[in-house]
Amino acid sequence: MPRTPITLVLNGTERSLFVESGENLLDALRRGIGDLSPKYGCAQGTCGTCSVQVDGRLQLACITLAETLSGRSITTAGGLAEGNELHPLQRSFMENFAAQCGYCTPGMLMAAKSLLDRNPHPRRQEVVEAISGNLCRCTGYEPIIDAILKAAEVMRRRTR
Amino acid sequence: MSSIEFRKELFANERPEGLNEIGRPTIRQDILGHVTGRSPFYDDHLFDGLLHMRCVRSPHHHARIRSIDFSEAARLDGVIRIVEPKDVPQNLNTLLSLINFGKEDEPLLTPSKVGYRGEPVLAVIADSERQARAAVDAVRIEWEVLPHVLDVEEALAPDAPVVNEVYPGNTFEYYDKYDHQKLRFGDVEQAFATADRIVEGRYRMSPIEQAPMETCGAIAVPETNDRIACYTSTQALFFSLGTTAKLLDMSSARLHFVGGTVGGGFGGKVDSIVEPMSVLGALLTGAPVKFMWDREEEMQVGAPRGAELWDIKDGLDSRGRIVARSFTGYFDSGAYTRLSSYAVVKATGHLPGPYSIPNVASNVYCVFTNRTPATAMRGFGITGVDFAIECQMDRCARAAGLNPIEFRILNAYRDGDMKAHRRKAKNTALIECCQVVADKSRWLIGSQSRSQSSLRGGGGERAEIPATAIDEVGRIGDRRRREVPTAPFAAGDRKQLPAGTQRGEETPAAPPQNPDMLGHLQSESTAAADPLPTTQSMPRLQPPADRQVDRQPARIPTRDPKAPASGTDAGQAPTRQPPTRRPPVRRTSVSRHISGFRRR
Amino acid sequence: MALRRGRGFACVNYPIGMNLGGDPSQALVHATPDGKFMVTLSSIDLGQGMKSVTRQIAAETLGVPVSDVYVDTADSDTGPHCMGSFASRGTHRVGNAVIRAATEARTQLLEAAAEELEVDAADLEPDGEGGIQVRGAPQRSISVADAAIAAQFKQGRTLSGRGIFLVPPSEVDPETGEMSPVTCFAHAAMAVDVEVDDETGEVRVVEINSAYEVGRALNPKLVEQQLIGGAWMGLSHALYETTEPYYPEREHLPLDFNSYLMPGPGNIAPHNIAILERPAEDAPFGGKGPGEMCANPVLPAVANAVFDAVGVRCDELPITPEKILRGLRSANGS
Repeated sequence: MPRTPITLVLNGTERSLFVESGENLLDALRRGIGDLSPKYGCAQGTCGTCSVQVDGRLQLACITLAETLSGRSITTAGGLAEGNELHPLQRSFMENFAAQCGYCTPGMLMAAKSLLDRNPHPRRQEVVEAISGNLCRCTGYEPIIDAILKAAEVMRRRTR
Repeated sequence: MSSIEFRKELFANERPEGLNEIGRPTIRQDILGHVTGRSPFYDDHLFDGLLHMRCVRSPHHHARIRSIDFSEAARLDGVIRIVEPKDVPQNLNTLLSLINFGKEDEPLLTPSKVGYRGEPVLAVIADSERQARAAVDAVRIEWEVLPHVLDVEEALAPDAPVVNEVYPGNTFEYYDKYDHQKLRFGDVEQAFATADRIVEGRYRMSPIEQAPMETCGAIAVPETNDRIACYTSTQALFFSLGTTAKLLDMSSARLHFVGGTVGGGFGGKVDSIVEPMSVLGALLTGAPVKFMWDREEEMQVGAPRGAELWDIKDGLDSRGRIVARSFTGYFDSGAYTRLSSYAVVKATGHLPGPYSIPNVASNVYCVFTNRTPATAMRGFGITGVDFAIECQMDRCARAAGLNPIEFRILNAYRDGDMKAHRRKAKNTALIECCQVVADKSRWLIGSQSRSQSSLRGGGGERAEIPATAIDEVGRIGDRRRREVPTAPFAAGDRKQLPAGTQRGEETPAAPPQNPDMLGHLQSESTAAADPLPTTQSMPRLQPPADRQVDRQPARIPTRDPKAPASGTDAGQAPTRQPPTRRPPVRRTSVSRHISGFRRR
Repeated sequence: MALRRGRGFACVNYPIGMNLGGDPSQALVHATPDGKFMVTLSSIDLGQGMKSVTRQIAAETLGVPVSDVYVDTADSDTGPHCMGSFASRGTHRVGNAVIRAATEARTQLLEAAAEELEVDAADLEPDGEGGIQVRGAPQRSISVADAAIAAQFKQGRTLSGRGIFLVPPSEVDPETGEMSPVTCFAHAAMAVDVEVDDETGEVRVVEINSAYEVGRALNPKLVEQQLIGGAWMGLSHALYETTEPYYPEREHLPLDFNSYLMPGPGNIAPHNIAILERPAEDAPFGGKGPGEMCANPVLPAVANAVFDAVGVRCDELPITPEKILRGLRSANGS
């Protein structure tokens, strides 16, 4: 099996690895680098549990070819916290009971972060649209929507 | 958007306060792991040299294997091992054998005849998932396609194809006697004959996929000291461990199962297939092996909540009281039993729903068809029949010309009422739930309904066990012999059980094994020390000052020589007042894989 | 062609624990050297909150803060047997096992403290904040940490406990179905308001009002999680989900989330919940498991609401637009 060396920036740190031809970013992150925060949910691009940011844009790792990512910058839920300082979204998900089994949570956080990166003042409907590619089987979505709206408020207060 | 309120004024005197941690909205212990992506789900354990296992599956609903050729697959790059049915030491199992319920009816890998589309017949272990998939595609199987049946009623026809040879009548067999589970309380036929109004309905539930975001899977890893570790998504750690030990004929002490952090289950992770498969792979290769379902397999191979079909017939009197209710129910088990046989018993214990009805009868079948085997899902055994009952209640309310909430309150069960399974209701709260919803939804109900209470009006006449019509219709094999009943609750050798017949009593929890374990905040097992079922449902929560440490040790099972033998004796005298003590545990058989007691 | 409103009602009860019993769970509790407590289980947290609710139960029973307790599960080498997370049994069965194990550990803790304070253990009580005091004389006290250190390094006493909870297995009478299914039941009632488009057959759930009786809400937020999420799943079952959309044809089976339908975040309805608590006598602090029951009333309530709106009885789930339109057509005789 031909293997391609790639170098990418994962959560601010440069990482080099070999990827197989056709290998997806999800496997490369989980098996190749050991960042286990993006999850396998379908490998069909339909559930959002593997959501990551590539150069700041939300992308599904399971349908992204790893070998195309040399020199790109990847952000995952595993890189949201700065040291022990949680991202406001993480804190809000914690405090507002926005996770049950927790399997969709990393992807959900990345979808939410992508929204707040470009729109610090989302309306409820915009939050709904932003996470509509991310499935959750436990929560009924409402606590997640509420947690994102509350995190946005915290972040606005912080930047003020 | 949504709102939540606590109606603390209801049942307030039954609920001692003054607790410290209970009742607090403490954040979850596991939440930091969840939001940082560090919670250790089974697939979050990395191993060097991990191998991947995938199954070759039947494309047919029902077919015999004529020949298998995996020579090409075995030669492909990265293929380490082809796993055949003969590699499974004890290749026949039924899940509930762990509690000794039912006959062994399902192989882990099927050697000769498949009963559903997607049934696994072979497995491939390869260096990568992609190589495993390629090898699966390279296996050549010649099939002899057999006639199939996908409908419960068709499966019960005398000449229907036999889905599973272990159960030639296409039904699970109850108590070595009947092809269905019976419930008889009172005499429905007589009550229907005198009812003011008859309401009938037929309800169907489609199979539903549990769809946890994490699919089922396990990674088995050879450990030091000749043991195998298994990281698993199971909902039942020792259930899966015991099943694995049994199928692979190995000591359970050689198995080390790790789990407990699971990405949703909803019932779909009880079936214990991925664990024996991965452990078998690790045993055969000496390497770490992952066996997981992809999303397609999760949706179509993984067992769903099965299809159900329910016929309900109600007889109403002139005031809108339900005087008789009968059910015929069919659980579509698919090609194998898994847990459907038990769902039938659970559903039967649930009938006729949370209502007090003096005459109830049901026949519920666990039917084998060539659909995907069914298993547990959130609401196991209950969700489908609750749908049927509550749609039927709506029909009845309209037929009786009553407001649907008032109609429920009129028929609701209350503390002290006798239920159709011959145990008294206690700790009920249906009426209060109905009243609160009427308030919240501004759905007007009359003052009569508003004044009702679960605490009052039950018991008395409503606690009586009526004379009961019984029959022996539906013996195993009758259908194949074309001896099919026409009127299930009336035909055959009708016998009458006298009023008050009760063979057992409530089974309370076993008490704490020593006084040091007896709660200071509650005595959870006071009922166990009380030989007779209590009619009052006053909670037995004790204040700290009343701490009782002189509680008797566990009740010693005693067999009353005068207790009636199991089985029916229509001429037997009523055994009410007091009900006969039954030995709490009849230890006829214990599984060596996990302690369990025979249920049949 | 119009949007037609309707409302439907349903109420249910739900059995707590495996039918006919015979489904034990065990727990072990032990203290660390300085008096923190580890609860060891083999029970599974599927997201329902097993680790969290047993932690609160252990803390309450021990009389220590929840932050001084950690629940470790599930490892078959260390955790004692548990039948599994199903049948709404977790809170009831495992919770009771944890109470028993924690009670035994607490008994030892109070004995150790009594020896240090030279009083009778029966006169002691934990203050819930990491101390143990003489009842009525809080100035005579010792910290849990000091009592634990004394017990384990001076007195030679373990602060550990074992617990098992079992409803013994029982049998069914083959002729009458007489049985002892479970020891307690949870309850729920629900009214659902819908809007049905009689041109497209689409159903929109406008509002849900419900009452759930859960024995006691051991952690109100965990209960809320279950009820909101469970009702969503009930809605999904009622209106969308099937693995065989063209049954009895078993073709075009859904193989992904594009074809296996569930309501998204844009399809949720306001759900106003009332929680009632009537403690069950054999449940841990009275709490019954709400995890399965919460979805059940939604299915019939939606079906009844659709009938109320457009006069079509959908007795086969799921209630798809196609079924509603076919029902409307046959009612119109066209």
